[in-house]
Amino acid sequence: MSKQIDIKDLDIFYGDFRAVDGVQMQIKPRSVTAFIGPSGCGKSTVLRTLNRMHEVIPGASVSGEVLMDGNDIYGAGVDPVNVRREVGMVFQRANPFPTMSIKENVLAGVRLNNKRLSKTEADDLTERALRGANLWNEVKDRLNLPGSGLSGGQQQRLCIARAIAVEPEVLLMDEPCSALDPISTLAIEDLINDLKDKYTVVIVTHNMQQAARVSDKTAFFNIAGTGKPGKLIEFNETSTIFSNPDTEETENYISGRFG
Amino acid sequence: MTTMNTTTEAAVSKPAKLTSKQLPKATPWIVAVASILVAIVISFIAFGGFNIPVVAVLAGLINAIAVFAVSASYEGRRKAVDRIATTIVTSTFVLACVPLISLLWLTVSKGGAAISGDLLTRTMLGMKGVLDQQYVAGEATLAGGFYHAIVGTVLITLAACVISIPIGVLTAIYLVEYSNKNRLGKAITFLVDVMTGIPSIVAGLFAFALFSTIANVLLPGAAGIAKTGFTAAVALSVLMIPIVVRNTEEILRLVPMDLREASYALGVPKWKTIVKIVLPTSVSGILSGVTIAIARVIGETAPIMVTAGFAKTLNWNLFSGWMSTLPTFIYDSQLRPVSPGAAALASSERAWAAALVLVALVMVLNLLARIIAKVLAPKAGR
Repeated sequence: MSKQIDIKDLDIFYGDFRAVDGVQMQIKPRSVTAFIGPSGCGKSTVLRTLNRMHEVIPGASVSGEVLMDGNDIYGAGVDPVNVRREVGMVFQRANPFPTMSIKENVLAGVRLNNKRLSKTEADDLTERALRGANLWNEVKDRLNLPGSGLSGGQQQRLCIARAIAVEPEVLLMDEPCSALDPISTLAIEDLINDLKDKYTVVIVTHNMQQAARVSDKTAFFNIAGTGKPGKLIEFNETSTIFSNPDTEETENYISGRFG
Repeated sequence: MTTMNTTTEAAVSKPAKLTSKQLPKATPWIVAVASILVAIVISFIAFGGFNIPVVAVLAGLINAIAVFAVSASYEGRRKAVDRIATTIVTSTFVLACVPLISLLWLTVSKGGAAISGDLLTRTMLGMKGVLDQQYVAGEATLAGGFYHAIVGTVLITLAACVISIPIGVLTAIYLVEYSNKNRLGKAITFLVDVMTGIPSIVAGLFAFALFSTIANVLLPGAAGIAKTGFTAAVALSVLMIPIVVRNTEEILRLVPMDLREASYALGVPKWKTIVKIVLPTSVSGILSGVTIAIARVIGETAPIMVTAGFAKTLNWNLFSGWMSTLPTFIYDSQLRPVSPGAAALASSERAWAAALVLVALVMVLNLLARIIAKVLAPKAGR
């Protein structure tokens, strides 16, 4: 499991507006890559192109290549649905399905993709995914209650469990901790550390300490001004980015001197 | 002026004054009762008797003025304005309830007096003027009934639902999930808006014209056979579809984009996301919308008259023969009583009983929709 992602000359558009310009990046399998940068610099946009969620927004389009183990996910004849089965995603706001119980939420991806599960298989998968998301002990007695009854941090881990239940190769996380308290954040960071044994993880974060704590490599994006496209400024080992970055722009950003 | 200056200066060092004079909680009620009493007295003096409309209007005016005066003199201007706003809002609400309650009261009292199990289970088959004359003379019980009209109402409304709910809900799904505000989507929205404004008689004429043309082609000269319950159902659908589309569209737009994205991110195809995530999340809202649409068309009279005629007897077949519904039964009874003159009272009583049944039917439907909506709504559960 887990795949390498090569991004080549990626330009991303919303209608005619060029949101992100010329991204080049290589994301290694079984690693954690963090995207940092100011708001509006396009880091979430880049993340959403990696599982073709970008095009869900009307008028959005992409040019360039995103290769997953050598296969272009924007190639002709590629079905975005198949891409998304390989590349899972966790969103900024926890979004469990309100009509489903905790267990149904975990199994949603598998069930909605037409796989029939026997009861024991379903129970096993539920337990495995919830253990994987570090949530099993907290919810094992109330699997049939609605997911919306959990706390914010638990809901976010439920969403992670839901994402890993379909056994993707890559897991994308769009600011997964930005709405959580420090304890829940710690739980999710620990989880990310565990997840990288099996998955390629890409995480967008505004929290630079978090990027420094969890990631192997860090990509810094920046934007020249409103209306200008976001650009990848530097992509490097996390230790390098936070101690001795190549560009002055990165240095300024991580040390809090802007502009 | 001097005292005011000292208080403001003193306020700098003293803690802020947080309490103020307040009227006791019962004051508005006492003032309201007093205003009504005063209004009654004025009514007796000026109009020589107890006159409900005069008392009501006077009481409302006196109450508003009195509340303001009492409050302003004791609590100060800001609270007085607050109280007068509350009084106006409450009075307007009461005013809005007046026609509603009086209508319900009239229906329940008149219909309740006339209604009986026999009326609900008999039709107008074999009804003669002499039977009504005997009833008015006190020699017999009320004959006839509107079982056929209840059956007609239920069948025609059901058929209209079968036609318009799928069309309406699917159209709304297209508009929200697929159209992306393209030209076709805009055109549909425009047409739905236009359809909302169609007078109901026009919908009836349209359905009748459509089916009589078809009948004429199939069987020349037999346009009359187009008067069936099904034609009426099509007419009602024309009225119902725009309401279903509008309500469903609004409910679907309320489903957060987050949920759709969460589903897409799991590799679930779009149609399945709609069927398994979007619709279950919004089903309770869609159902209430459908109920509103049903309540709107179940009481339609004009389009039924031109499409299904007036049947006196039971007809279970939607596709052949005339049919009556409760509204057309009421209309027919009042306009063409079985027996003219004093005995027309019997027809009128049957009409009131039918009106009561119709109101009850709508109420039961609303209640049912609320229960279903509550059962199906996403649970917050803790």
